[in-house]
Amino acid sequence: MRDAIARFVHDGDVVVIEGFTHLICFAAAHEIIRQRRSDLTLCRLTPDLIYDQLIAAGCAKKLIFSWAGNPGVGSLHALRRAVEKNHPKPLDLEEYSHFGLVARLSAGAAGLPFWPLRDYTGSDLPAVNPLIKSVTCPYTGALIATVPALKPDVTIVHGQRADANGDVQIWGLYGVQKEAAFAAKRVIVVVEEIVEEKIVRADPNRTLIPGFIVDAVVCEPWGAHPSYAQGYYDRDNDFYVEWEEISRDEQRLARWLDEFVYNISDRAAYMEKLGSERRQRLTAKTLMSEGVNYGF
Amino acid sequence: MAVQAAHELHDGDVVFVGIGLPNLACNLARATHAPKLVLIYESGAVGAVPDRLPVSIGDPALVTGSLAVASMADIFQCYLQGGRIQVGFLGGAQVDRYGNINSTVIGSYAHPKVRLPGSGGACEIAIHAERVVVVAPLSPRSFPAEVDFITSPGHNGKYGSRKQLGLPGGGPSRIVTDLGILAPGGSDGELELVAIYPNVEVEQVRQKVGWPLKVAARLETIQPPSERELYLLRNVLDVDHLYIGKRDA
Repeated sequence: MRDAIARFVHDGDVVVIEGFTHLICFAAAHEIIRQRRSDLTLCRLTPDLIYDQLIAAGCAKKLIFSWAGNPGVGSLHALRRAVEKNHPKPLDLEEYSHFGLVARLSAGAAGLPFWPLRDYTGSDLPAVNPLIKSVTCPYTGALIATVPALKPDVTIVHGQRADANGDVQIWGLYGVQKEAAFAAKRVIVVVEEIVEEKIVRADPNRTLIPGFIVDAVVCEPWGAHPSYAQGYYDRDNDFYVEWEEISRDEQRLARWLDEFVYNISDRAAYMEKLGSERRQRLTAKTLMSEGVNYGF
Repeated sequence: MAVQAAHELHDGDVVFVGIGLPNLACNLARATHAPKLVLIYESGAVGAVPDRLPVSIGDPALVTGSLAVASMADIFQCYLQGGRIQVGFLGGAQVDRYGNINSTVIGSYAHPKVRLPGSGGACEIAIHAERVVVVAPLSPRSFPAEVDFITSPGHNGKYGSRKQLGLPGGGPSRIVTDLGILAPGGSDGELELVAIYPNVEVEQVRQKVGWPLKVAARLETIQPPSERELYLLRNVLDVDHLYIGKRDA
């Protein structure tokens, strides 16, 4: 992870770390914080705790987003401090709805300059975001909203497993990860396990991202905690609730960053610190799916 | 509110579900009068049958046993924009007299008094769902004549009516509150009081709404929840009482 972040994430980059509630790569964000990257433009549908932590650590100058809360809990306090009090740094916001941001990444992935969508009519969102525009449909004459392509400098995606070439298999919710990866100039994939290529080839419908668009493959078990990895570990809902208290108090958040990010070397040390009781509690039950016949 | 919201759902409806009370309402409806309800979550779960109350909209329990898992591009393009969703559930910090919903900012956008989470999928749900059920407790602050920011369009507003704007969906059909139910009336879609809980006076509702609230010609009295509904809410669907307060039950 250290090498992947050092080599592919630079100061000033537009960075997407996707995963909608599921498979959010906190391990990568913590490494970015440890390497003290700055002036990043962070883009995600839901900034979630992962970007709240990056913002608190002073890594961000801008946020592109569509829903900024602590899911099921409340506010993102570091984000609110940055927006409302310019602390630790001012933070520019660029705001869409989920569909709008999905469409931006779809355009980026498809090599188109923009994406049309039937959205935003009657809403104030275009009035506060000049990048939301419209075109006249050449077939019907109707006015259709557009959003510009987003082409991140780097996208980081977490998955359950990949082979050594970075052919990534993901199951459960897969949000906008495929589009985010295809839109990016550089792609880092992080997985729970590295498997042999024949495992991937035995079930190709499950492959979301092909290795040939991937720049770095990192094996990082529990790399998505406190979010979850279907079939590996559950979402640590207790931590999402704890974050409300930790992040509300700036001093406490700083101590948390010291304890769980700056003063530890890597993900293995983080998990060690979290303790075996919590790991056991979150470990997923086994519920295998029946295979299918790929023969011809 | 959860029970009344559940009553707004018909068996076989395809519902775009949010977390919290809407989720509870949908699962209550599924356990009672609408076993064929299809629950779709913006995270990608289609036909979800969560066997625990999902804390987040992307809970792993939404995937286990579901009919399909779709990418978010498919959810918004094929399912929602493609016109396959009958009911959308929305909440918000403010709802105004025409059913416009604000979940973005209180105050001005540039210098907000309160910065709220933003649209998420709300804007497109309000535009595309055949009908939208809004769940929000009544208060003068939450029901102003005009919202501070239109995140999700209702029936009418500064940009025009739904018809003038050509919005494909039907907009908010019912606003379920803790005192009664509002619904669009007249030709301009202004919300009026159509149903009221037992022992609640019309004047109590009027005091919590920021415009001169009209009352429907036939004002219904809402029946109290059944024993079975209360049992399901308290002992099966929300055992930790995360979402049902005493009043909501």
